[in-house]
Amino acid sequence: MSSAGAPRSLASSGQKSIQDICHPLSAEESALNPGSAGLILPNGTPVDTSSPASSSSLLNRLQLDDDLDGETRDLFVTVEDPKKHVSTMETYITYRVCTKTTRTEFDLPEYSVRRRYQDFDWLRNKLEESQPTHLIPPLPEKFVMKGVVDRFSEEFVETRRKALDKFLKRVADHPVLSFNEHFNAFLSAKDLNKRQGLALLTKMGESVKYVTGGYKLRARPAEFAAMGDYLDLFTQKMGTIDRIAQRIIKEQSEFLMELREYGPVYSSWSSFEEDLHDPLEGVSGCMSNCSSALEELTEDMSENFLPVLREYVLYIESMKNVLKKRDQVQAEYETKLEAVVFREDKKTAVPSDVEKCQDRVECFNADLKADWDRWENNKRQDFRQLLTGMADKNIQHYEKFSIIEVSMLLKLLRHPQNQKEINNIKPI
Amino acid sequence: MNNRIMLSHNNSVKIVGGINGSCFSARKTHNNAYLLKKMEISVAEAEKRTGKNAVNMQETYTVYLIETRPVDAASEGTNPALDSLWRRYSEFELLRNYLLVTYPFAVVPPLPEKRAEFVWHKLSADNMDPDFVERRRVGLENFLLRVASHPVLSSDKIFYLFLTEENGWKETVFETGFQAKADSRLKALNATFRVKNPDKRFAEMKHYGDELQSVISQLLRVRARAADRLYGVYKVHGNYGRVFSEWSAIEKEMGDGLQSAGHHMDAYAASVDDILEEEEHYADQLKEYLFYADALRYMCRKHELTQYELEMAVQDLTSKKQQQEELATGTIRTFSLKGMTSKLFGQETPEQREAKLKMLETQIEEGEEQVKERNAECDEFVKSAWVDIERFKEQKDHDLRESLISYAIMQISMCKKGIQVWNNAKECFNKM
Repeated sequence: MSSAGAPRSLASSGQKSIQDICHPLSAEESALNPGSAGLILPNGTPVDTSSPASSSSLLNRLQLDDDLDGETRDLFVTVEDPKKHVSTMETYITYRVCTKTTRTEFDLPEYSVRRRYQDFDWLRNKLEESQPTHLIPPLPEKFVMKGVVDRFSEEFVETRRKALDKFLKRVADHPVLSFNEHFNAFLSAKDLNKRQGLALLTKMGESVKYVTGGYKLRARPAEFAAMGDYLDLFTQKMGTIDRIAQRIIKEQSEFLMELREYGPVYSSWSSFEEDLHDPLEGVSGCMSNCSSALEELTEDMSENFLPVLREYVLYIESMKNVLKKRDQVQAEYETKLEAVVFREDKKTAVPSDVEKCQDRVECFNADLKADWDRWENNKRQDFRQLLTGMADKNIQHYEKFSIIEVSMLLKLLRHPQNQKEINNIKPI
Repeated sequence: MNNRIMLSHNNSVKIVGGINGSCFSARKTHNNAYLLKKMEISVAEAEKRTGKNAVNMQETYTVYLIETRPVDAASEGTNPALDSLWRRYSEFELLRNYLLVTYPFAVVPPLPEKRAEFVWHKLSADNMDPDFVERRRVGLENFLLRVASHPVLSSDKIFYLFLTEENGWKETVFETGFQAKADSRLKALNATFRVKNPDKRFAEMKHYGDELQSVISQLLRVRARAADRLYGVYKVHGNYGRVFSEWSAIEKEMGDGLQSAGHHMDAYAASVDDILEEEEHYADQLKEYLFYADALRYMCRKHELTQYELEMAVQDLTSKKQQQEELATGTIRTFSLKGMTSKLFGQETPEQREAKLKMLETQIEEGEEQVKERNAECDEFVKSAWVDIERFKEQKDHDLRESLISYAIMQISMCKKGIQVWNNAKECFNKM
C-alpha cells in the first residue's frame, strides 16, 4: 500500500495538490472564523467551512487513498537500513528514517535521521496525547521475550523494520496526523532527545485536551456503539486466534522433538546393514532436513504471526480509549447543555463554552468516523497480508519437505543391481 | 567358518577348520514361485462369531475367510469358483508352530501381532476393533503368501490342507506328532546352551536378529509418538475453521474470504486421518520384519541346540572311550566313584571286568553311531539353514527398500495435499 522506492516529484500543474488547501486545524483562526480561509475544491467550487467538523470531514474525503497514485502526495517516508549499536550499557538497533517532502512545514526537502524503537514509541505516545480524537496506527510490540525470540536475528529485525515502516507511512498519509509537529520533529530533528521536552501543543490540541470529567453519557449514537461492540467481538476473535496459533506452535514443537529422533535411529540401523546401509543412511539425512524445515515454520509463526496479532489487540485497546474519550466529550456537552437549557427561561444566549463543547463533539465524531473508515481499510489489508503470509509459509514448508523426500526417493530408486551382483560373488 | 567335528583315524575326536564361506549367486525373490504358481490365495473377509470355548464359556472371536483358486484353470479362460473356508487366528498359530518344528532350519514367516502394540492414542488397542481386524486380515494374507512362495514350506502337506480342508485339519496336525518334537528347552526363555565351538556365522546372524529387533522397536515407538503429535497439529488447525466462521459474521467485506478459508482449514484438519492410515501400512511392514527378526533368532537358537546335542554326544563318547581305556589298562587317570570303591572294597573280578568292557564296547559303538548321526544332522541343518538365510536376506533387503520407497511416496503425496489446501486457503485470504 505504501509507495516503494524513490518518491516521485509532485505534479506542478493541473489539479491542485493538498498543500494548496489550507488545513483547518493548522490554521487555528480559520477554524474559529469560518469563511476566511477561502477553501476551494479542485473543481473550483468554494467550500463551506462554517463548522470545523464539515471541513475536516471534507478534507478526509479529499485525502488520497493509500492505493491511489502518489502524484498529489507531498510527503514520503521510509524506514530502512537497520544497524546494530553496541555500547557499554546496552545493545540496540537503529533504523534510518528517510523523508522527502515539499511541505512548507519542513525546513528542508529531504531528511535522513537515525531512530531507534524507543523514538517510535515516543512519537506514538505524543501523537496519542496531542491528537486524542484520532486513531493512531499501531507499532510492533515493544517487549519481546528474551531467550524465546532473538532480538537481533535478521528475520526479527526485518519484521520490525517493515512494521515501523508501515507505521510511519500510515501517519504520513493521514491528513491530520502527518501535520503533527511531533511527527515533524521525529522526521527532521538531528537529536530527538532535545525535542522531547518541548511542550508545544497546538491551540487545537489544547482545546481538545480533556479532563476526565466523570460526566454521564445519555445515549451513545448508534454508529459509535456499533464500533464499540465490534471492537469487543473483534478482540475476542483475535484472542482465540492467538490461542490457536500458540497451540499449533506447541504441537508442532512436540512433533519436531519426535521427528528429531528418527534420524539417529535410522542411522544406527544403517550401521549394521550391508545392502541397506546407503538407503537407510539416506533416510536418516532426510529426516534431519525435514526437522530443520519444520523448525523454520514454527519459528516463523512465533516471530511473524503472533506479534502482528498482538499488535492489533494493543491497537484496539487504544482505539477503545479514543471511543471512551469521545463518550466523555459528548457527556460533558450534554451535561452542560442540560444545565443551560434548565436556565433557558433567563433568555440568555447559549454560552460560548457550551458551543465549544458542541464543536468538540462534532469534531471528534467526524475525525473518528473518518479514521474508522481508514482503520477498516488498513485492517483489511493487514489481515489479508498476515493470513496470506501464513498460508505462504505453510506452502513453502510443504514444498521444502517434498523436495527433501523426492531426493531421498531418487536415491532409493537408484538400485545398483549390477554392483550388487558383483559384490555377491565370492570365491570358494 | 563352518566347523566340522570329525572322527579321526585313531578314534579320538578332533576339530578341524571347515569350508570358508559359501558360494552363491544373487537370486531375485520370486513372488510367483512354488505353490503360488499353481494357486491364488487370499484372505478375503473377516467375521465375528460366538461360540463355546474349551471351558464351555461363551466367547466372541473373529474368523477369516481364506479363498483359493487354481491358477491353471483360470488361465484356460474358465473362471472356476473359489474354494473357501474359515479359519481363526489360533489355527494360523497352530500352523506356524507346526512349520517351526517341522522345518527347524527355515526362517518361518511371522504372523501379524496377536495384540496391537506400538499404538498411538487414536488407534484402538482393542482386538475387536474393525480397523485392527482389517489390518490383521491383510497380515494373515501376507503370511499365507509368504509361506506359499517359500521354496521348502510351500510344498508342505499340512499347509496345503490348511488352505483346502476346513474340517478335521486340526486333528491331522496333531496326528503328525510334531508337538513331541517341539523342544521344550527352546521355549524356555532363559535356556542357555554352553556350546564349546559356536559357529561364528550363526552367532553373527543371531546378533543381527537382536539388533534388528531393537532398532525396529525403537522406530515403531518413535513413530507412535510422532503420529500422536502430528494428529494434534492437524486437528488444532480445525479450530481456525470455527473461529474464521465466527469472525466472518462480524465482518462486511472480509466475511466471505474468511468463511471459505475456514472451510479449507476444516478440510486440512480432516486430512490427517488418511495420512496416518497410510503410515500405519508402513508401520505394519516394519512390524513384519520385527517379527521376522524373532524368527531368525529362533532359528539360530535351534542351530545352537543342534550343535549342543552333537557336542553332548561327542562328550559322552569321549568319556565312554576313556572308561574303556582305564578298564583295559587298569590305570585310573580320572577320578571316578567306581575307581574309588574298587580301591576301597577291592578290585573287580576278571569276569566282571570282561562284562563291563563288553558293555562299554556296545555303548561306544552306539555312541559313534549317534555322533555320526548328529554330525550329519548338524551338517544338514547348517547347509539348509544357510540357504534359507541367504534367501531371507535378499527378501529383506528387497522388501525394506520397497517399504522405504513407498514411505517416501506417501510423504510426497502428503505434501502435495498440504500445498493444495493452503493454496486454496490463500486464494480465499486474497479475496478478503
